[in-house]
Amino acid sequence: MTNQPKIPVDEEAKIEEKIAVATPATMMWWKFRKHKAAVISTVFLVFMYLLAIFCEFVSPSVPDATSARYMSAPPSTIRLVDVEGKWHAPFVYLTEMSRDPVTRRAIYTENTEVRYPIKLFSTGPAYKFWGLWETDIHLFGLGVADEEQRVMLLGADRVGRDMLTMTVYGARISLSIGLIGVALSLGMGIVIGGISGFYGGAIDNFIQRVIEFIRSIPHIPLWMALSAALPLEWPVLKVYFAISMILSLTGWTSMARTVRGRFLAMREEDFILSARLTGSSEGRIILVHMVPSFLSYIIAILTLAVPYMILSETSLSFIGLGLRAPAVSWGVLLAEAQNVRSIALTPWVFWPAVAVISTVLAFNFLGDGLRDAADPYAR
Amino acid sequence: MRPENSVAAPYLLEIKNLKKHFPIEKGFIISRVIGHVKAVDDVSFFIRPGETLGLVGESGCGKTTTGRLIMRAYDSTSGEIWFDDCRMGRVNVAGLEKKQLRQIRMNMQLIFQDPYSSLNPRMTLLQIVGEPLLVNGVARGSELQDRVAELLRVVGLRPEYMVRYPHAFSGGQRQRIGVARALALHPQLVVCDEPVSALDVSVQAQTLNLLQDLQKDFNLTYLFISHDLSVVEHISDRVVVMYVGKLVEHARTEELFYNPKHPYTEALLSAVPKPDPRLRTAPIVLQGDVADPAHPPSGCYFHPRCRFCIERCKMEAPQLREIAPEHYVSCHRADELTLAGVTKLAATAPAP
Repeated sequence: MTNQPKIPVDEEAKIEEKIAVATPATMMWWKFRKHKAAVISTVFLVFMYLLAIFCEFVSPSVPDATSARYMSAPPSTIRLVDVEGKWHAPFVYLTEMSRDPVTRRAIYTENTEVRYPIKLFSTGPAYKFWGLWETDIHLFGLGVADEEQRVMLLGADRVGRDMLTMTVYGARISLSIGLIGVALSLGMGIVIGGISGFYGGAIDNFIQRVIEFIRSIPHIPLWMALSAALPLEWPVLKVYFAISMILSLTGWTSMARTVRGRFLAMREEDFILSARLTGSSEGRIILVHMVPSFLSYIIAILTLAVPYMILSETSLSFIGLGLRAPAVSWGVLLAEAQNVRSIALTPWVFWPAVAVISTVLAFNFLGDGLRDAADPYAR
Repeated sequence: MRPENSVAAPYLLEIKNLKKHFPIEKGFIISRVIGHVKAVDDVSFFIRPGETLGLVGESGCGKTTTGRLIMRAYDSTSGEIWFDDCRMGRVNVAGLEKKQLRQIRMNMQLIFQDPYSSLNPRMTLLQIVGEPLLVNGVARGSELQDRVAELLRVVGLRPEYMVRYPHAFSGGQRQRIGVARALALHPQLVVCDEPVSALDVSVQAQTLNLLQDLQKDFNLTYLFISHDLSVVEHISDRVVVMYVGKLVEHARTEELFYNPKHPYTEALLSAVPKPDPRLRTAPIVLQGDVADPAHPPSGCYFHPRCRFCIERCKMEAPQLREIAPEHYVSCHRADELTLAGVTKLAATAPAP
């Protein structure tokens, strides 16, 4: 007797029912979930954006806190065990600077006499949170005067600024310029690409030739010419928007091509013809049938375009034509680090590069996962 | 309501000299037309109310284009499509304005070949089957649900499936959904564009039987497009054979199968697989390839592949003529040739 146990059959039917009534969003989530790298990247990116949003609070210092005492200081060592072998809450020893008598180079040593425990929500340099209200509470710190002792997890740069603070502040500009640039490209891309794909014919031909022309101009010289034209006396915020506009000036072309391609492919779909033959209006066909079908593709492509924007900003700032100090972006930070001395003696000033690389990779993985999930119905 | 003064036309649909030439464009920025693909070239036929007309031919011969021209999915290059609409009377679909076209399309619907691409995967069955009712303002809300439930029941699907998406269904079930959608507005004419060729053979028969049952129940008229002669033989009252955009033969099903008058029809028939090995004959293997509709041969398009070709066939294109009652053929030698048809029609319906 092969008596099938009853419960698994019920379970199976339940699962089948769940699949049968799964909405497109659910299907996409199921497919996205399978792409492990994309899921991890999503978590990482959410973390990065949270850092960027709350950068004043998260960072232990402020970007303009220069200090002669900490010029090119190495990362602080966080300790749990003191020299006598006793356990403590995380702490740092007092840092003392001396100079090499021959090279005059700063040498940092730890004075094991004085311990500074690391406190959560401690006081630190004052700042204006989101430019709205003044406070001096930081996520962590030592709660002592800046000049007395600092905790610098990623070391300090040439003028004694905390690299962790700089990298986190840089994230705010570098990560948001990607989003703003992509939003601008998307707007232009959807409108122009949509017109091109929907009307076809001569308009399509003209737009495609223009796009080809724009894409054939070498990007770096074009950006250089445009950003060199920005007046030097412009405030940081204005330059920031001008740069994101310059970046999206070329960025929209690939977006427009994709939108056009989707439109053309969609026009030939049987279910679009079917909708037309049953008497659906053009508006209904576009809004109810076409847009939901390619929205997911657009989101995926959007995600893949963000790292391009971040890289573009970084390279522009790196060659000195994008943002300039006192603005803090990853590109600006790397521009300051570009010398042999940094590589040889203070490699920790390259932490922004690590941030750029990991963010760009994470965006690529995320975009990859989204692209796979964009059409959960592909056979 | 039929207008008072019109007489009941003998034909539900009458196609006269229908042509569709797709331009071939070439050139950079300024394009010019360098030729035409004659997808449908001077095709005429008719369908009576309640009957099924089979439209057969090889792939690329213009069958699908003909079906879509009737639906006005494309505009024809020239020709007339007379449709006897139950409300508007006899109208030429080829010349209709957008608004009237919408009216007409409520009475003629299309069943697609590929049940995977013809259903929007992002819609539930309620939305898919209910769309024709909704957009034409026939039903909405709970009435719409009732109507969709009824339609699903009619095509053999459970009404509870309404909340499901197409991905939950097999090819055969999806095709039933397509049929339900086509029937939603109770059309007079249904153009079935290879409705079973994408399905497994085992499901083909079920789907065909469903179509035949629905025809009886709803008094439907079918234009049945297919490349499968055995399917066409089973379902059609009359058959039209097309070759490279031209109509080559048109006759009642038995007449065409027993007594073909065009060498191309004969070759097609000889290639139909026969279930009984004793009945098998060597198929007539046609030489060469199907003619390119952009550069068709001179004279009769079939002459380079025809084993009865004479000089006249190379020079002069044959006209469609009626050589027996309701047997139309376009061949110069139709009267003199003795061609072999099938010896026995499949008497019984395919097993369900």
